[in-house]
Amino acid sequence: MSVPTNRSDVASNGNGKSVVKGEGALAFAGESAQEAFKRLTERPADLLRFATAGSVDDGKSTLIGRLLYDSKQVLADQLAHVEQTSQRMGHDFLDLSLLTDGLRAEREQGITIDVAYRYFATAQRRFIIADTPGHEQYTRNMVTGASTADLAIVLIDARKGVVAQSKRHAFISSLLGIPHVVVCVNKMDLVDYDEAVFDRIVAEFDTFAARLELPDVTFIPISALLGDNVVDRSESMPWYQGPPLLYHLEHVHIASDRNLIDVRFPVQWVIRPPATSVSDYRAYAGQLAGGIIRQGDEVVVLPGGQHTTVASIDTFEGPVAEAFPPMSVALRLSDDIDVGRGSTIVRTQNQPTVSGRFECLLCWMSEQPLSPRRRYMVKHTTRTAMVGAVDVRYRIDVETLHRDESATTLELNDLARVQLELSSPLVFDSYRRNHVTGSLIVIDVASNETVGAGVILDTEVEGAHGPQTKSERSPNVRWQGTRMTRERRWRSLGHGGATLWFTGLPGAGKSTVAAGVEERLVQAGQAAFLLDGDNLRHGLNGDLGFDEGARRENVRRTAHVARLLAESGTIALVSLVSPYAADRETAAALHAADDLDFIEIYVNAPLELCEQRDPKGLYARARAGELAGLTGVGAPYEAPADPDLVLGSDQETIEQEVDRVMELLAARGLTSI
Amino acid sequence: MPPAYHLTHLRELESEAVHVMREVVAEFERPVLLFSGGKDSIVLLRLAEKAFRPAPFPFPLMHVDTGHNFPEAIEYRDRRVAELGERLIVASVEDSIREGRVVEETGPRASRNSLQTVTLLDAIAEHGFDAAFGGARRDEERARAKERILSFRDEFGQWEPQRQRPELWSLFNGRIRKGEHARVFPISNWTELDVWQYIYEEGLEVPAIYFAHEREVFARDGMLYAVSPFVELMEGERPFMASVRYRTVGDMSCTGAVESDAGTLEAVVAEIAATELTERGQTRADDRVTEAAMEDRKRQGYF
Repeated sequence: MSVPTNRSDVASNGNGKSVVKGEGALAFAGESAQEAFKRLTERPADLLRFATAGSVDDGKSTLIGRLLYDSKQVLADQLAHVEQTSQRMGHDFLDLSLLTDGLRAEREQGITIDVAYRYFATAQRRFIIADTPGHEQYTRNMVTGASTADLAIVLIDARKGVVAQSKRHAFISSLLGIPHVVVCVNKMDLVDYDEAVFDRIVAEFDTFAARLELPDVTFIPISALLGDNVVDRSESMPWYQGPPLLYHLEHVHIASDRNLIDVRFPVQWVIRPPATSVSDYRAYAGQLAGGIIRQGDEVVVLPGGQHTTVASIDTFEGPVAEAFPPMSVALRLSDDIDVGRGSTIVRTQNQPTVSGRFECLLCWMSEQPLSPRRRYMVKHTTRTAMVGAVDVRYRIDVETLHRDESATTLELNDLARVQLELSSPLVFDSYRRNHVTGSLIVIDVASNETVGAGVILDTEVEGAHGPQTKSERSPNVRWQGTRMTRERRWRSLGHGGATLWFTGLPGAGKSTVAAGVEERLVQAGQAAFLLDGDNLRHGLNGDLGFDEGARRENVRRTAHVARLLAESGTIALVSLVSPYAADRETAAALHAADDLDFIEIYVNAPLELCEQRDPKGLYARARAGELAGLTGVGAPYEAPADPDLVLGSDQETIEQEVDRVMELLAARGLTSI
Repeated sequence: MPPAYHLTHLRELESEAVHVMREVVAEFERPVLLFSGGKDSIVLLRLAEKAFRPAPFPFPLMHVDTGHNFPEAIEYRDRRVAELGERLIVASVEDSIREGRVVEETGPRASRNSLQTVTLLDAIAEHGFDAAFGGARRDEERARAKERILSFRDEFGQWEPQRQRPELWSLFNGRIRKGEHARVFPISNWTELDVWQYIYEEGLEVPAIYFAHEREVFARDGMLYAVSPFVELMEGERPFMASVRYRTVGDMSCTGAVESDAGTLEAVVAEIAATELTERGQTRADDRVTEAAMEDRKRQGYF
């Protein structure tokens, strides 16, 4: 049996020769074992990771099989296996695509389930191929395979030209910032090796790619099946002057693709031997994510902000003067400060962003759609944080690049620009600047599944070109940082801020209790301010009605005002019916994202009691049909599932209820009284 | 030659593996490192030294001992553990047989290889381990090419290839439920040649059976097996002396030797560089049984 050298080998019967012996070995053609050893030890190779993507019939598996086979990486027993399987399938040629098939389910169904990794080497380089299938779950798989790639191979069938999938692959390559893209126009033998066909596809692809960020695109006309321009130059396409694919892979310049400027060292683990063995040794272990760090560098530990210097860069072999990515080392610092997993050590002069709120492009990878009812967490470098809110700005159609601004949720394989609000800040750069400190995954807390992958956007740059979007209308991604910190402000005031959120039916007594708490706090010299729903509707929220959307907006605005007050060191007392649980959760998440206390107090007076009190005559008007949509009568009230405090029983006086709120504040360390 | 501020491929793979080990130790409660005395787990031990020294390893070592191991491998195992000053747990297939958890195969082709799975899962449950480092590599076998670096096993220890978590960048999701555990393969991206080149560069000691030696062997299924009390000879199988070495260290009952005169690490690296057969194809009977042999064993909870 042999590999096909023209199409008729594939189509017709009976001209196969038998392969007796493997044609490959890890030593290269004409090289003895001793020469191979000398090469390995004296001329160490570097590593290129590349991803392949293509539609089902683009010939991706055949191309990979060709690369392995023609670079003499297929060993005799693997080849024997391919030969047996080829025969069983009724082929009389060696079907090289069989070299890459993996699991039984795939062989039986003739599909590829998932990303598979392949390895081969030449004298120049070692290669890791992330082989991603082109069928359903394409986006999820390609994002996974491409996330670590230095280079992507996009396969295009010469007969079909640029199709939707080619665009998708190009877009994902751009999104993931893959520095080098190779477009292989395959099956050139089926279009008579016609230069005009190749030129047309190049032009088509270029037109589409002009809208993307692909810094380096190379086009190569090939026939994977017959081996044209894969390893060896094709004799059938003299018009093509460029190198064959393998030569390009061996020589493409990848050394400058890394960020050697911004020192970023996320701490993974603290190395601290028991006191008896090495006295007082304490080092912070991690893998350098960017920059060149040197002994003696002045550094700052984020998000805490403590300053110190690098005392020593330790490795198993001993200390080194400097380290660069992707080295794994352990840093010792000059000062005894609080550093642990999740801290990031950076140079004092060059700091990343520290924030719990930012925008990213998110790829949804789960069959369970994004839902406000589920709890998510983010893993970013060595930190995790709970997700307070996901605001979908727009969904992107990966084939047309159309932006759907009406999208509110995400489904499997969707890509969208979103704003994330987190319970605690991350230490990040834009993905464009640093792939390690600019990438994150989203985990569903209940199922533990990885449901999303995101790349953090540099919104300042994004906003400069590109159409007006919701986020540009409200460019609140980066908080306007000032020199004033919360710690300084609160220390000077002698107390911190927080929000107490009183929710319940109209007439339940929310404002009465809240006003009582405000009175006590202010008398004791602590800043407190009552945000009463009715009062706010006279000014800030005067433009809002009472339908569901308006109520939601009412809550949103009030929550933001409360958050600002809390940040300023004030105890914000919000008295608002706020009937929808989701709206209150959003308000809570807003505070959680800034690490501010949010205390939900449910004033749970029975409807009959509220109606009996009816201080504003609302119930009477509603019963008389004059007022539609009053909560409790004409509109629903969703009671809190797990409030911090429940008030409103007729067993307690107002004073006793105020006492209970004050006790809770004291227990949470929020009162200076 | 890599330019300035660029690692060689082997040092890049080393750093990736160290990163994986530190992540897992930070995110799991009770990790364990599976150490057999074979070349891949020898590399794992060196990587653990690189990740955690001068502190002791933040996990114990564990060997699933079939009782049919090469004595040279066991002798090496104990010596290496003592040198490192770490703790070794030995989970014994012999005990599983005695307790009736598994039934020994009989006949000339009998092997305890498949019985290891039960012993391993029992030991993981007994000690409450939630992550087990192993030395498997993706280049070894077709099913492994699809496996993640963090490979999740359900409460029955089973691998479900269709339900694997996507692994992006170097961000590992180590969250599991109680009773589940993860197998962690830090050298997933290494090839057999990488392992030998690393052992050579690091000057690591390996068990003597990896080097050429005179041994009494017999031929079966195109492989050379050591004559031992654990394997019955079949009719027509005649022992003879040959200069052989081993490419993998498994059970004596299912691991074949290759004819070789490579007596040094240099010679072994050169031999692997020039080999025309894969290590499993050449020397492991356990992968030859069916086309999907490894896939089936992995689904059941094998390494």
